[in-house]
Amino acid sequence: MRRIIAVLLENEAGALSRVVGLFAQRNYNIETLTVAPTEDPTLSRLTLTTIGDDRKIEQITKHLNKLIEVIKVVDLTEGEHIERELMLVKVKAVGAQRAEVKRTADIFRAQVVDVTGSAYTVQVTGTSGKLDAFIHAIGELSILEVVRSGVSGLSRGEKVVSL
Amino acid sequence: MLIRALQDEGVDYIFGYPGGAALHIYDAIFRQQRVQHILVRHEQAATHMADGYARATGRPGVALVTSGPGATNAVTGLATAFMDSIPMVVISGQVPNPLIGTDAFQETDMVGISRPVVKHSFMIKHASEIPTVVKKAFFIATSGRPGPVVIDVPKDTTDPSQLFDYHYPETVKMRSYSPATRGHSGQIRKAVELLLTAKRPVIYAGGGVIQGEASAILTEMTRYLGFPITNTLMGLGCYPATDPLFLGMLGMHGTYEANMAMHHSDMILAVGARFDDRVTNDPEKFCPGAKVIHIDVDPASISKIIPAEVPIVGPALPVLTDMLALLRERIEADPALLDRAAHGHWREQIAGWRAQHGLDHGLMGQGSHGVKIRPQAVVQCLYQVTGGEAFITSDVGQHQMFAAQYYHFDQPRRWINSGGLGTMGFGLPSAMGVKFAYPDAVVACVTGEGSIQMNIQELSTCTQYGLPVKVINLNNQALGMVKQWQDMQYGGRHSSSTYQDSLPDFVRLVESYGHVGIRVTEFADLEGAMREAFSARLRDRLVFLDISVDPDEHVYPMAIKGGSMCDMLLSRTEQS
Ligand SMILES: Cc1ncc(C[n+]2csc(CCOP(=O)(O)OP(=O)(O)O)c2C)c(N)n1
Ligand SMILES: [Mg+2]
Repeated sequence: MRRIIAVLLENEAGALSRVVGLFAQRNYNIETLTVAPTEDPTLSRLTLTTIGDDRKIEQITKHLNKLIEVIKVVDLTEGEHIERELMLVKVKAVGAQRAEVKRTADIFRAQVVDVTGSAYTVQVTGTSGKLDAFIHAIGELSILEVVRSGVSGLSRGEKVVSL
Repeated sequence: MLIRALQDEGVDYIFGYPGGAALHIYDAIFRQQRVQHILVRHEQAATHMADGYARATGRPGVALVTSGPGATNAVTGLATAFMDSIPMVVISGQVPNPLIGTDAFQETDMVGISRPVVKHSFMIKHASEIPTVVKKAFFIATSGRPGPVVIDVPKDTTDPSQLFDYHYPETVKMRSYSPATRGHSGQIRKAVELLLTAKRPVIYAGGGVIQGEASAILTEMTRYLGFPITNTLMGLGCYPATDPLFLGMLGMHGTYEANMAMHHSDMILAVGARFDDRVTNDPEKFCPGAKVIHIDVDPASISKIIPAEVPIVGPALPVLTDMLALLRERIEADPALLDRAAHGHWREQIAGWRAQHGLDHGLMGQGSHGVKIRPQAVVQCLYQVTGGEAFITSDVGQHQMFAAQYYHFDQPRRWINSGGLGTMGFGLPSAMGVKFAYPDAVVACVTGEGSIQMNIQELSTCTQYGLPVKVINLNNQALGMVKQWQDMQYGGRHSSSTYQDSLPDFVRLVESYGHVGIRVTEFADLEGAMREAFSARLRDRLVFLDISVDPDEHVYPMAIKGGSMCDMLLSRTEQS
């Protein structure tokens, strides 16, 4: 099962390499990974998505917790949560394609953020599933380049991951 | 600043080897008296000495190496300590901060290269951080599940011309690190209720009991309950081996009775043990009728391999203390809660297994087996001559298993071996670390002619510091354990496990270092030579016993791959 794990860690040199190293070392896979400092610059917030059964996820969270610089680990998929990913897609857009791309973008509430004579760059945000669907809708043939931010997420409601 | 911090941390010995990036530190060592530096002959040995020191004393061992090759040579020692959860601090010199990342001479990314085999690591950015980092390093190494910590020290941060205010912190607080100090009382209560229902219980205790200084309380609890107990390779000594409740070691080369008892038990109390694959055999077939209570300071060890019915996260000492108090309370109120009749029957069943296929501890009395000396008999002889009181370190191979099976350890911290990583070359330097910690103790290293050659250069260090350790070389002229597997699984094809007459004359070799060498080739001479090695006359000498043992001997019992714990080979011809 796909899981979204939120990690709060010290914003220190080397901390991220320990998290990534752990996954490599223990043969866990990382699907996506995002990281940036929080409102408190001494803390980094990391969101990662991975695939595994309950047993594997339990091991992953326990081992993450063991890392000295890690402060908190929460499996967001255990409860109601919000996930967002941002994607920029450069799409071939000539002739009739131009209107078609624009229409598809509108359906996905995406924005065209850059335009040239032969290409559009479209920005899409949403769940990873929605981003996948957009790529599918545009059709792989006309896609020139894709960059995705990886998933960021937090729990719905009052629950927070903080110190 | 660094050395002052080590002084303030109470460090008495540093095992190390100098080089360019560490020279400021070495100069600081020279100009003080409190911390003694031991010059080794190879950095790997320095880490094993620090490790042996830590295993024997419970205090963190300290090693110091230079950058580049010094640092990489220390990696095996870090991994060895990491796998066995040994508290250790390794300080590595590093090229100056401004040169980092430039492929400077002797630059290696030590923090990177050691990352998977340390509990944590630090890189000093500025000299002013040194006291706090040292304090944190020792705190992390020794608390929770202990482990090795690296401090990488760029040369510019130890420049003696730069002076800073020095203040050594009394304590450290780290918001991201707070290891459990007690067990959850609700879980302990559940465990006690489960313990009381057991008819065929086994206590399975490992190195965590020794690390957690919980041997005495475990012994008290085991005797109070009258439950049979087995130890892992790392746990030997945490329960007195000569006690009737003791079943011997379990696992791949464990005793028949220990493995049978585990397999047929209805309740396993695991304390400070991690269900290693060398214990469980195939986890799918592991102890089908047993409910598991698992006490461990590391939550990640619990339910990793075998799901626990009652997990308890916490150090063994407080958890067992609380548990025993509660057990007493419950049983004193109602003595019928313990099914003593069932337990008595269970112990008889185990005694039957022991009588059937237990280890034969009387080999010395049986005299010579033809012309060859059995390695098991050598360990029994060592046990008798040292009165079971010695610190025994070992290397890795058949000799290690024979030592574990046949030397009875009645006290914790007396059996010192590389269990998790299985590092050949560990035995001699770790014995030296023990000897530094306890100069008056008898310290013997049980080794093989293969392993001893992986750190034999340390005989020179022993000469320099006058270290009278005893080395018992079970010389079977082969990488015996490898050969055994080749016998069993590869049709006896001994691919690269023998040396074709290239072994040195160990007696002359050790004599060239100024030590005493004794060769034993006849069983009749074994006991005399052993007594000589440990005699008052040679008390202050390193004695190397080079004993020719039967090269065809195998270690039994041996778990049958892919089976359950009760599937064992018992000799070349028998299986369970
Ligand atoms: C550094 C290292 N390399 C290789 C091995 C694999 N290995 C395990 S036991 C063994 C043979 C050890 O030979 P020896 O020290 O003579 O002991 P014996 O088994 O003969 O008693 C080897 C090569 C190891 N454990 N450690
Ligand atoms: Mg050998």
